[in-house]
Amino acid sequence: MKPILSLRGISKSFPGVKALQNVQLDLYPGQVTALIGENGAGKSTTVKVLTGIYQPESGAITLDGQDVQFANAQAATDAGVTAIHQETVLFDELSVAENIWLGHAPRNRFGLIDRRAMRNGARDLLAGIGSTLDPDLRLGDLGIASKHLVAIARALSTDARVVVLDEPTAALSHKEIHELYDLVETLKTQGKAILFISHKFDEIFRIADRYTVFRDGQFVGEGLMHEIGETALVRMMVGRSVDQIFPTRTSKIGPPVLTVAGYDHPTEFADIRFTLHEGEILGFYGLVGAGRSEVMQALFGITTPSKGAVRIDDKVRVIRSTHDAIAAGIVYVPEDRGRQGAIRGLPIFQNITLPSLARVGRNGFLRMAEEFKLARDYTQRLDLRAASLDQELGLLSGGNQQKVVIAKWLATKPRVIILDEPTKGIDIGSKAAVHEFMAELAAEGLAVIMVSSEIPEVLGMSDRVIVMREGRIVDEVTGDAMTPERLVRAAAGIAEAA
Amino acid sequence: MNILKNRDVLLAFAIVLLIGGVAARFPAFVRPGNLVNVFNDTSPLILLAIGQMIVILTKCIDLSVAANLALCGMAAALLNGMGVPLPLILIAVVLMGGALGAVNGLLVWKLGIPAIVVTLGTMTIYRGTIFLMTGGAWVNAHQMSAAFKALPRTVLLGLPVMSWIALAVIALFFVILTRTPLGRSFYAVGGNPHAAVYTGIDVGRTQCIAFVISGALAGLTGYLWVARYAVAYVDVAAGFELQVVAACVIGGIAIAGGAGSVIGAVLGALFLGVINNALPVIGISPFWQMAISGSAIVIAVALNATQNRPKGRIILKEVEPA
Amino acid sequence: MTQQTHTARAIPDRLQSPAARALRSWESILVAVAIAIFVTNSFTSPYFLNAWNLSDATFNFTEKAMIALAMALLIISGEIDLSVASIIALASTAMGLAMQAGADVPILVLVGIGAGLLCGAFNGFLVAGLGLPSIVVTIGTMSLFRGIAYIVLGDRAFTGYPPGFAYFGQGYVWWVFSFELVLFTVLAVIYWALLHRSSFGRAVYAIGNNATAAQFSGIRVARVKFILFLLTGLMSGIAAVCLTSRLGSTRPSIATGFELEVVTMVVLGGVNILGGSGSIPGIVLAALIIGMVTFGFGLLNVPGIVMSIFLGALLISVIALPRLFGKR
Repeated sequence: MKPILSLRGISKSFPGVKALQNVQLDLYPGQVTALIGENGAGKSTTVKVLTGIYQPESGAITLDGQDVQFANAQAATDAGVTAIHQETVLFDELSVAENIWLGHAPRNRFGLIDRRAMRNGARDLLAGIGSTLDPDLRLGDLGIASKHLVAIARALSTDARVVVLDEPTAALSHKEIHELYDLVETLKTQGKAILFISHKFDEIFRIADRYTVFRDGQFVGEGLMHEIGETALVRMMVGRSVDQIFPTRTSKIGPPVLTVAGYDHPTEFADIRFTLHEGEILGFYGLVGAGRSEVMQALFGITTPSKGAVRIDDKVRVIRSTHDAIAAGIVYVPEDRGRQGAIRGLPIFQNITLPSLARVGRNGFLRMAEEFKLARDYTQRLDLRAASLDQELGLLSGGNQQKVVIAKWLATKPRVIILDEPTKGIDIGSKAAVHEFMAELAAEGLAVIMVSSEIPEVLGMSDRVIVMREGRIVDEVTGDAMTPERLVRAAAGIAEAA
Repeated sequence: MNILKNRDVLLAFAIVLLIGGVAARFPAFVRPGNLVNVFNDTSPLILLAIGQMIVILTKCIDLSVAANLALCGMAAALLNGMGVPLPLILIAVVLMGGALGAVNGLLVWKLGIPAIVVTLGTMTIYRGTIFLMTGGAWVNAHQMSAAFKALPRTVLLGLPVMSWIALAVIALFFVILTRTPLGRSFYAVGGNPHAAVYTGIDVGRTQCIAFVISGALAGLTGYLWVARYAVAYVDVAAGFELQVVAACVIGGIAIAGGAGSVIGAVLGALFLGVINNALPVIGISPFWQMAISGSAIVIAVALNATQNRPKGRIILKEVEPA
Repeated sequence: MTQQTHTARAIPDRLQSPAARALRSWESILVAVAIAIFVTNSFTSPYFLNAWNLSDATFNFTEKAMIALAMALLIISGEIDLSVASIIALASTAMGLAMQAGADVPILVLVGIGAGLLCGAFNGFLVAGLGLPSIVVTIGTMSLFRGIAYIVLGDRAFTGYPPGFAYFGQGYVWWVFSFELVLFTVLAVIYWALLHRSSFGRAVYAIGNNATAAQFSGIRVARVKFILFLLTGLMSGIAAVCLTSRLGSTRPSIATGFELEVVTMVVLGGVNILGGSGSIPGIVLAALIIGMVTFGFGLLNVPGIVMSIFLGALLISVIALPRLFGKR
């Protein structure tokens, strides 16, 4: 069988990074090819090259044996390549039908957009994927799952022969994921070539026919799915065999530090109650969107709950702003490091001292020597790698930026540290360092909350796990009861097997 | 779409209420002849507001429209003085306005300079250029040909040509914005620039086209303005850009881009136009105009913001049966 | 380089000394430009190199430069205030009304400054309190504040300020050093300390770089922004006192177009128009440059409107040139 689309010798670099070096990829008709690699392996860049967002510096793209070049997204669409991206790339202010047809809308004989044809076409496309969504609705009024259906309908509207699914299940529920699998089967029978990108191995083994593995922007290997096992695939991905190893901890759990009772929010969570102890790591597990981050952000004063009480060391603390939270000894390492954690344009030392300025300064004035001292102490503790402390934070790697964000919070000498997906999007080496460090903090008596969606991490690090679903606490487990099955069942709302 | 439509209806209702209120005391205000006058007086504001609206849709702003208008108006008067025929003058002002708009657009597109800075700069440059062209001299009525002055005032089927032009431009841009790919791409670029790239829309180029449209409309209005008032000088329409922005904001054009309609911009302009025309009728000094459009901007922005405030993600579902 | 003894992997505080960094900064380019203009002006006009003429020339920029100090902080934080010239008009009108009511000099000054603060608080409430975009809000209040001045004055003017009031715009502290110049110098030092040496200044930079992360770091973003608008209003009020005193009268068209010159000064001074970076020494140098150029043009009898073309072009090219040559 000949591939519909092939990439050969593709290279692409950005200032300071070689994102892709001489990679290759083949997509066959009626087959699903999984593109596998760690974060930073070059998967997203490949998708952007395929869809005309980026132009490669060298290499060839061949479509049906012909060399082609995609000058922009429109050119790729015209050639029959379409993508469903991991971020929603749709328009809230436009209607469902317009979102589906934007850029290639049907025209009437005056050259104007034919709205009736557009509406009917949209209805047909949506029906084809089993949806009865009204094409005239404003997209902004829809929920995330419906938006996803619109994105799929849009991808199908171009009559594409190559469909790229870039982490399509990240924001979907269990049921929606199964509907997506059915859709992929339909696309296969229509002879379309599908590129499937996912971090979830069960998904990959379920629907992919072939695999291609990238590592650090380079091609590592390819083959048929049924000829390879999970371990071998992971070894190709990371370059060595990895069993995730977590630090062995001898937890010495002390008296309660933080008590949350009857915590309610009008739309995001209800009846949250738990106690956190000195030296404890408390894991919060749940599906994406279960309300875990929302609870943590309320504790940190970003949003205001409608009722409930927070006690620290048995004293009631009212938290209306982040300022109050920090004063009460609660700090929060956010999931969205780029937007909420790191201030990339400021030097490292200024990032670290920002919440502690009242302490390192005097009467509102800064004392640089004190600032550098504080920054030095904590960056050394976290084993930061940087050229100098007045280097801009944005110049560091993701893992080192995360270390600076954590250092910033430790420098405030908190009682409670909340880490929201602390190892998301950082390399395996930094991951282990963060785990090691969390264990150390707990051993020193700090109370730690870790929000994580990775089961091995939750089980490997936590003394106790709270599971949330749809804004509520649905389970709390310790010790031997902490099994992957129990957490998954509670998070997904599946009843206990008889 | 529903909210926007509701909003347009509300604004239209407010305008009718306003006219009714004035008419209750001064019935002459609602005579057809006077209403035609009000619309005709508001035509320049409508023309510029449509151009400005498109620019705002793409997340930009054009503060140079009034200066562009004055410069093109002066150019029209000078060309007329040289004996250039009227049709050529009309073509010339539209091209010139478009070119001045393109200068703004290219600076935004190619150099990525924020629109507010670009147009704050070109605003003074364009107006200063009038001084360079004339040395500060005025072009008065007696220096203009009769045909030049007559065109905007000529009455066809009960409406002056200037009003017909405004109606034609409203219709043209209504079709462009709702029924052409270009029109929809203005919404896409302002609504979600990131996604527009994935859709194959060139964000900078679309913004540049918006500036060209805004400039061309300002150029056309420049001729109409100068011919109607039969005078051209450096300070023609000074500060008018504020009224134009006010008309858009009142008309519900979201300043963050991506939302708004031609109807909204026209209604916003009419709202201000009715107020401006009613002030002398009810005996309030025209010096109130500036403060009124200023407060209208502030109130409209505040109202728009409360309407468009993003709702939080709703995680909690109704309590499920256990 | 004192901490090398700690461990083998110690990170140095700095790689470049602050002096070396300053030498390669935007400010040092401005110093060179200022010197070049000074030398050129000295050669083109025999009247330039005269202490009293130079002192006169400072009146070209001191009022705008005072506002530019506060505007710099505001733009670094990612906001802008286009209503500053209109605040001057309103504050000056308020002083005129107070004068008619028989207020004496100290009250006049208080009224001017108070009016500026009130206008700043109004802008600050709309932007920081209600979360509205500052560009449109201040375009609106720009029209509103001056509109109120027009309502009060129409085509009339307030004249006849008490003699003692003239000191703020026409008086000299010592020899050629005018009250305005001395006041500006003092204010520049205060703003330098505020932006570069206080935690408030650090918060301003943090907000301008990433307001969300600043909020997540415990900074009260809305409060800082409100204070910045208040400061801009305060500076506009002070400028209104000086300008009204210098002109000896109030017309509603007073200070028209000042906002353009203030923003130009701030941008020329090296403040990133998108927020996040900039410095007070840069603003002072930019004010000097613009003042000397205006003075030079004046000596050559170039009309004011041509000067404004130059300013408009300067505003755009200062931002455009580094982008054209790929520096930023």
